[in-house]
Amino acid sequence: MPAPSLPAVTLAAAIGLAVGIGGYTFVYAKGSAYLGNDPNACAQCHVMQVYLDSWQNSSHHIAATCNDCHTPANPLRKYIVKATNGFHHSTAFTAGNYPTNIRARESSRRVVEEQCRHCHADVVQSMVGDLDEASCVRCHATVGHL
Amino acid sequence: MTSPNDNRSRKPLIVAAVVALLVAVAGAALLANISERKQEARVQNVRVVELTDDTVDPAVWGKNFPFEYDTYRKTVDQQRTKYGGSEALPRTPDDADPRSIVSQEKIEEDPRLKTMWAGYAFSVDFREERGHAYMLDDQTFTKRQTVVKQPGTCMQCHGSVYVPMKKLGNGDIIKGFEVMNQMPYSETRKIVDHPVTCIDCHDSQTLALRVTRPGFIEGLRAFKASQGVQNYDVNKQATRQEMRAYVCGQCHVEYYFKGPEKRLVFPWAKGLKVDEIMAYYDEIGFKDWVHKDSGAPALKAQHPEFEMWNQGVHARSGVSCADCHMPYQRIGATKVSDHWVRSPLLNINRACQGCHKWNEEELKQRVHTIQDRTYEARNRAMDALMGLIGDIKAAKDSGKSDDQLEAARYLQRRAQFFLDFVEAENSTGFHADQEAVRILGDAANYARQGQIAVRDPSFKPSVPIVKIATATPGPMQAAPGTNPSQAPATPAAPGSGPGQSTPQQVTPSPKK
Repeated sequence: MPAPSLPAVTLAAAIGLAVGIGGYTFVYAKGSAYLGNDPNACAQCHVMQVYLDSWQNSSHHIAATCNDCHTPANPLRKYIVKATNGFHHSTAFTAGNYPTNIRARESSRRVVEEQCRHCHADVVQSMVGDLDEASCVRCHATVGHL
Repeated sequence: MTSPNDNRSRKPLIVAAVVALLVAVAGAALLANISERKQEARVQNVRVVELTDDTVDPAVWGKNFPFEYDTYRKTVDQQRTKYGGSEALPRTPDDADPRSIVSQEKIEEDPRLKTMWAGYAFSVDFREERGHAYMLDDQTFTKRQTVVKQPGTCMQCHGSVYVPMKKLGNGDIIKGFEVMNQMPYSETRKIVDHPVTCIDCHDSQTLALRVTRPGFIEGLRAFKASQGVQNYDVNKQATRQEMRAYVCGQCHVEYYFKGPEKRLVFPWAKGLKVDEIMAYYDEIGFKDWVHKDSGAPALKAQHPEFEMWNQGVHARSGVSCADCHMPYQRIGATKVSDHWVRSPLLNINRACQGCHKWNEEELKQRVHTIQDRTYEARNRAMDALMGLIGDIKAAKDSGKSDDQLEAARYLQRRAQFFLDFVEAENSTGFHADQEAVRILGDAANYARQGQIAVRDPSFKPSVPIVKIATATPGPMQAAPGTNPSQAPATPAAPGSGPGQSTPQQVTPSPKK
């Protein structure tokens, strides 16, 4: 068996380093928590602490967690939204360039509206259904959190 | 040994190794960042100096509270809003006034103010208010000092007087307050070194908010008594949220100087509304000065932000001054009250959007709508007042007696105080929008009634006429001969509605 060339050794070392550091970072940052549904995972970034706190005092905390309102019901779409939001949130939090009072993007707002209609279909299906025509949270703004 | 073939096969390997290394570096950087963010989440408060109840210098407090101190220092910034804020204007310093930067002169922007305040020190110099950092200098060097000997009472709200007051009163701030009120302003200036500082609102040991100004302690006690609550002690009985407005209310209020001892009194014994304050002044027969053109016993309203806020929907909802003017900001994971006290319009995300889920432009437009309407009503009331002052002056010159002019002069006093209550208030109506326009409507009504009273002795005004002595000058009367009230304002003719008068000539357009 011929001795491995220098570039091959370097590559192996670099890949090992990347996987090692990356893996440790993932564990240290409790990255796996983001794949599940535990609301405490959202507050791993301290920005979300106030929302978690006020959710615990809201009417919806007995019925819905963060993901129930902020990610779509369809499992595939759910993980696409989780990935996009995760990317946006982590870049903003890493760079630190976000306002004190964070506001939902249009696409995030639509997900919330869909989810209101998803769970409360029995009550609202006979009402105006179009996301652009009527907004649930415009009036029921504080049911989830302040 | 090395063939060209080998080189080709190694190239991708080298590129891959470099990429993998960069990934490792990026991963390490991210790891460090996450670690920092986790550190931030732990509240850190390091006490590096010992603060006492005598520590006046904010720089010393700043060593323990660097975030608060950094923002406190930003009140030097000058920035305009549509109707308020201040512009930094260059000025050539001289011996009397070393300021090289000042703000715009309001009495030049609207010369009708000179007519309104004729014979009063404010007709000489009245610049747009600047940030807290300038309160001491701007009061020390205003030209008002040259026409009226200002008493030490003024220092109550233009300097950090808590510790000096305590020293003057040998530990008793009420005694020290009484001594300071009677000193000349120039003497108090020698014992005061700072504009408002940490110790004026905070307890040095617990950092809790506390009221240090006797004027507010006594004023609020009188107001609570009018509501049936006896012996109210603000520092013992107020809630934390109330204190977040009360510490501001120590200065941002209507006040007067009572008696020869020049005691600073907040006229709240009948209530906080303009009508109730007016009734209080009428009952004690107080006037600030005798109007130079008309001879009316006039009153000057001072920045009644606290009183006006009390009439508005924000106060009703439990929103305090600090919620909008000193909103929380995140520093790391900690929330810190922004001590850069300024207009919420310059800070909409933090000041408004914590509660109001609309975009910034929408929120700004809502405020401007209120302010535009208030400013329009203010101009109409101002035109009406100019009409009345001109009429009384003409009637006086044509030989009408003091008795014949008494009703008109009282109506001027009333119209002028109501108008000034909105004019001097630093929100252009926003703190209580409907109340502001209501007051301006009343002001215009009193002024027009006064114009009728000048002409028709049988006219019965809608309010009782109160006799106020005008034989002696008021406490803030400008010395004779120093009055530049020959203002170019044209008094509107009676009967000519605001539509027919020429507001364009006298109405400055607000700068954006």
